[in-house]
Amino acid sequence: MSEAEAYSFDADMRKANRKKAVAERSVIFKIKRCDGPGKPTRWESFKVPIKEGANVISSLNWIAANPVTTSGQKTTPVVWDSNCLEEVCGACTMVINGRVRQSCSCLIDEYAPLEGDTMTLEPMSKFPVIRDLWVDRARLFNNLTRVKGWVPIDGTYNLGAGPKESHDHQQMRYTLSECMSCGCCLEACPQFTKEEDESKWDTSFIGAHAISQARYFNEHETGKKLKSDRMDTLVGEGGINDCGNAQNCVKVCPKGIPLTESIGAIGRSATVHAFKQFFQGKK
Amino acid sequence: MADGKRVIVVGGGLAGLAASIRIAEAGVAVDLFSMVPVKRSHSVCAQGGINACNEVARQQGYSEYQHFDETLIGGDFLNDQHPVLEMTNWAPKIIDLLDRMGVPFNRSHEGYRDLRLFGGSLFRRTHFAGATTGQQLLYALDEQTRRFASEGKINMREFWEFLWPIVEDGRCVGIVAQDMRTMQIQSFRADAVIMATGGCGLVFGKSTNSVICTGGAASRCFQAGAWYGNPEMIQVHPTAIPGADKCRLMSESARGEGGRVWVPSKKGDTRKPKDIPENERYYILEERYPKYGNLVPRDIATREIFDVCVNDGMGINGTNQVYLDLTHKDPQYLTEKLGGIMDIYEKFVGDDPRYTPMRIFPAVHYSMGGLWTTYTAGDYQPDAPLTEHKPGNEIPVGTEPGLGLKMGAHNNAMTNIDGLYAFGEVNFAYHGATRLGANALLSCIFDGLCNGVSVVNYVREGDQTPASNLDPSIFDNATKQEQDKHDKLINSTTNASGDRSLNPYQIAFELGEEMNSASTVVKTGPGLEKCLSKIEELRERYTKVELGDGAMWTNQSLSFTRVVGDMIILGEAIAKAGLLREESRGSHYRTDFPERDDKRFWKTSVAKYNASSGKSDIEFVDVKAGLVKLRPRNYGKTDSGPQKTEKETVGAS
Repeated sequence: MSEAEAYSFDADMRKANRKKAVAERSVIFKIKRCDGPGKPTRWESFKVPIKEGANVISSLNWIAANPVTTSGQKTTPVVWDSNCLEEVCGACTMVINGRVRQSCSCLIDEYAPLEGDTMTLEPMSKFPVIRDLWVDRARLFNNLTRVKGWVPIDGTYNLGAGPKESHDHQQMRYTLSECMSCGCCLEACPQFTKEEDESKWDTSFIGAHAISQARYFNEHETGKKLKSDRMDTLVGEGGINDCGNAQNCVKVCPKGIPLTESIGAIGRSATVHAFKQFFQGKK
Repeated sequence: MADGKRVIVVGGGLAGLAASIRIAEAGVAVDLFSMVPVKRSHSVCAQGGINACNEVARQQGYSEYQHFDETLIGGDFLNDQHPVLEMTNWAPKIIDLLDRMGVPFNRSHEGYRDLRLFGGSLFRRTHFAGATTGQQLLYALDEQTRRFASEGKINMREFWEFLWPIVEDGRCVGIVAQDMRTMQIQSFRADAVIMATGGCGLVFGKSTNSVICTGGAASRCFQAGAWYGNPEMIQVHPTAIPGADKCRLMSESARGEGGRVWVPSKKGDTRKPKDIPENERYYILEERYPKYGNLVPRDIATREIFDVCVNDGMGINGTNQVYLDLTHKDPQYLTEKLGGIMDIYEKFVGDDPRYTPMRIFPAVHYSMGGLWTTYTAGDYQPDAPLTEHKPGNEIPVGTEPGLGLKMGAHNNAMTNIDGLYAFGEVNFAYHGATRLGANALLSCIFDGLCNGVSVVNYVREGDQTPASNLDPSIFDNATKQEQDKHDKLINSTTNASGDRSLNPYQIAFELGEEMNSASTVVKTGPGLEKCLSKIEELRERYTKVELGDGAMWTNQSLSFTRVVGDMIILGEAIAKAGLLREESRGSHYRTDFPERDDKRFWKTSVAKYNASSGKSDIEFVDVKAGLVKLRPRNYGKTDSGPQKTEKETVGAS
């Protein structure tokens, strides 16, 4: 499936597939494997019996207990990252049939409804592979540090309530705060490219998730005390100017976070910030 | 840091992060170990909210003390009472702190923090951020941790697995851990170690827990000599979606926001739920518990659902499922208050719960039991324990710190091993025989903030030799011990026979099936005896377990196989304590001993690992009480009749 096709494989199609799913069938899992950094990649296929409610995780679990390929070759269990299995921790993100998403919420009925259908699993391509489907997303978290993604409280002692907030403003912030750092937006972004050299992380494109998180903290009464620092980063190298406006990020976000709105909002703040800096003689 | 003292925190969920922040803030260096990036810890799964007395409830007669009293009756008086009092007294201040950290708590139209009803209370005392409160709280603490880490005050070791506590002369002086990527095994020195490693749902196979919630870390401490309290107290959550890989939680907040649990009155009624008229529905909890209705504590809701499905065969279309119905509520309201769980249900089941009642069944959810811990009681020492506290009664004790626990006492939340602490779900003290909904997040953060200070004091004021001055051989030996265990497992790949009964995944599967059927909702003596002999069989097979992957790099099979052995050991303690506790209390329900037996069993079961038998020895010791007097726990149950009573609730926000 081409990238464009993959993105158009939408909810309606998946719903239709779910309706025509055949009970008691087998599905072929074609998995891109790699034993470790610098090792060659290879494809292995597994024939997996599909039971009601099966998802990619239950299928990988089945393979772990029965690690034999379709050609009868005994192999090792597939390595992948996962934790909550409720699409709320972000760990189990991978590229499934060409599209990045969480594997726990990926129901086989929606993708491979018929006997012998194929599911293709690959690791995310924008992060270094650790082994098989498990990638190292340390850079993603590093980018949250770059934007000082926190509220600078005075300390954990008892100092009374936080700032009052309107109902609507909370609803807006809550939407942004659901970002689970899964990296889908980065995988889909043409500007965010794989960078294995850690020393270049702080000057490489920061990505939609961090831009949106910067907005989230700028919107908090205490959080905005660091707005100027955040904007220094975001107008700098690897900041908002590197965004190519492809708008893929918002299409793949599993939490429906309005990432392009956040990019727009930070873009406007960046303009104001640049003016301020100019008049303060900083630039 | 100037004095070179270090604290190791194992686990980066709410308890571990709260502890790390508190300790780093006090100027003691923290090494934080986690099997996952801390932002992906299991706390992220908590949905409904966090309990605390608040001004609205207070003006209706609620109080911190009422919250304390509710927690004890909820726990069927198996809780240690003093830490619970301290915790409920701290609760409103903890909410304030989280609020300052930027947690987007839902807001009323005037901009105050919104509140919802939750099980075990008639007051609105649960604060929430949509239906992903745990996620939001975890993120707030994760952000503060990132801030400290960026300042070099917290040293993050993510993707490291805890293997063993290093105990020297009865004192914990460090840990052995393994890098899950490079597989390097290494010892780390510490002046105190905090276990904040959560629950053990995976012992039961499929549960609502995350993949890492094996109980492995707790089991390893147990095997190293730490005691384990009330292992048999396992909470089965009434409302989950059964799935192929796990059971997904449908938060109690669904009921708190008005969700109703029902089945068709007519057995085998195959009509769609919407086509079944109101008078042909059996609202299980509302009819059996007119006072609390759908908001009875979880153990009760679970047993009633189980009873209706398994004993009466009245589940939907004869399956083990009942309806959890929110379709009478405004869809927009549901999106705002419960959007997170509405989405989960729709994604995994395919129906929109705003328009179609959800189909749910109970699933293993939480471990009230955990590493046994002690404390120093605070200043509140009534002459005699008090009777039930009712709204509006005079409140017998203040809310300032130090009334429940002596602030900063070195032994608060410390296990029987000096310098080894247990915080959060892995601590047994707070929730007794059942945890009330929305009290878990509270106990985690409370442990970190309050008892984190005890750890600082222990490290700073104690006269023990600093870990940095101890003989290196202590640490080298510990590394070697774990390396040998590791190598033995790796070697099992080379001469594998391919015998399926020696496959670690198969052994884990059978353990889960057995534990789930014998040691959860309904237990019996013969059932638990059978369970224990099955565990013996699995233990025997495990000695010959065959690893399927001999790689020396990122070997997940090895990590899993290793923990299967630890789960078997913990499972044995859970089943044995359940067998010996010949009574029914909270989540522990024995059909052969259906009544609570305070004379024999108002006691904590304490499991001690017997290294020579490889099994647990169970002792029953008095519960640390003295503040509140025992009373029956029935939540106003009536004989289920056809007439319906108005649900009684207090307070609106």
